[in-house]
Amino acid sequence: MIRYLAFLAALLIAISSSAVPLSAQETSLANVQLSDPVQEAKAKELMESLRCLTCQSQSIADSDAEMAEDMRHLVRTRVQAGESSDEIRNWLVERYGDYVSYSPDVIGPNWPLYAIPGLLLLVGIALFLRRLRGRS
Amino acid sequence: MKRAIFFIPLAMFTLFVGIASYQLTQPKDDAVPSRMVGKPLPVFELPAGRANGVPVTNADFTDGKPRLLNIWATWCLPCIAEAPQLEALKEAGVPIVGLAIRDTPEDIAQFLETHGDPYTGLAIDQRSMVQLGIGSSGVPETFVIDGKGIIRHQHIGDIRERDIPILLQELEDARR
Repeated sequence: MIRYLAFLAALLIAISSSAVPLSAQETSLANVQLSDPVQEAKAKELMESLRCLTCQSQSIADSDAEMAEDMRHLVRTRVQAGESSDEIRNWLVERYGDYVSYSPDVIGPNWPLYAIPGLLLLVGIALFLRRLRGRS
Repeated sequence: MKRAIFFIPLAMFTLFVGIASYQLTQPKDDAVPSRMVGKPLPVFELPAGRANGVPVTNADFTDGKPRLLNIWATWCLPCIAEAPQLEALKEAGVPIVGLAIRDTPEDIAQFLETHGDPYTGLAIDQRSMVQLGIGSSGVPETFVIDGKGIIRHQHIGDIRERDIPILLQELEDARR
C-alpha cells in the first residue's frame, strides 16, 4: 500500500513537472544554496558531475561561465521541486548526449574501455605463469 | 617464423603512434550536437524581447508554417557577423523567431537599431531554460522548426553566406 502511494506520488510529480512551461524568470539559484541542506548536498553532487557545455573541461560547479550558472539554476530548481538526481541527469543526457555527464554508463558503447585492461591483465598473468613453469 | 613474433609489439606501437599523430592533425570539433532534432519543442512561454512586443510560446510554432528559431544575444560578437545573413533570410521570406539569451529589452533595441531587425517574433530567455530545453549549447545557434513544432535541423555557430542555401533547403524539406 505504502509502495503504491509512493508510486502514485512520484507519478503525480512527474506529470505536474512535465506540464510546467519553461519560463523561470525568478531569481537565479546559480549561486544561492538551497535552504534544505540535504537537497543542497544532492544538487552539489550532481553539479560536480555535469559538464559545462561552453567551457567543456570543467564541471558546472567549477565554472564561472554564464551558461554553467544557468545549468546550476536548472539543477537547483529541479532538485528543489523534488526530482531525483538520475532524472535530472537523464533530462540533460536526452538533450546533449552522454557528453554532458561525467559519470558515463559503463554498459553501452564504452564497455571495451573497461573490459580491455582486465583482459590484458589476464593475458599478462597467463604469460608470466607459463614462463615460471618453463623455468622450473 | 619465430622471429616475426618479436615485431608485433613494434608494429602495434607504430600503429598507435600513427593513429595518435593523425588525430593531432585533425581540427578540434567543439560542437555539441543537440539530440532534440526530430523531437517537439518543449512547452514554454517567454516574455517579449521588444518594449511593445508579445510573449513567445511553443504554440506559435504549430500553425503549419516552418520557421527558424535563432538563439542569439546582444553580448555575442558572432551574432553581429550573422546579422546580414539573417537579413538575407528575412528578405527571402523566412519567418525568424529570435530568443535572446540573458538579455534586456534596452540592449536588444539598441542592437536591432544598429544591425537590423530580422525577427518576426522575439523573446528573452533570461535563464537559458528554453536553450537548455532544446539542447543548444551556445550562441548563436539556429534551429529549423516545422509547422507542427518539431525541431528538424540544428545549425551550430553563426550563419555564413554558404549556409543560406542549406537552411532554405531544410525549411523546404520541413514543409513535407
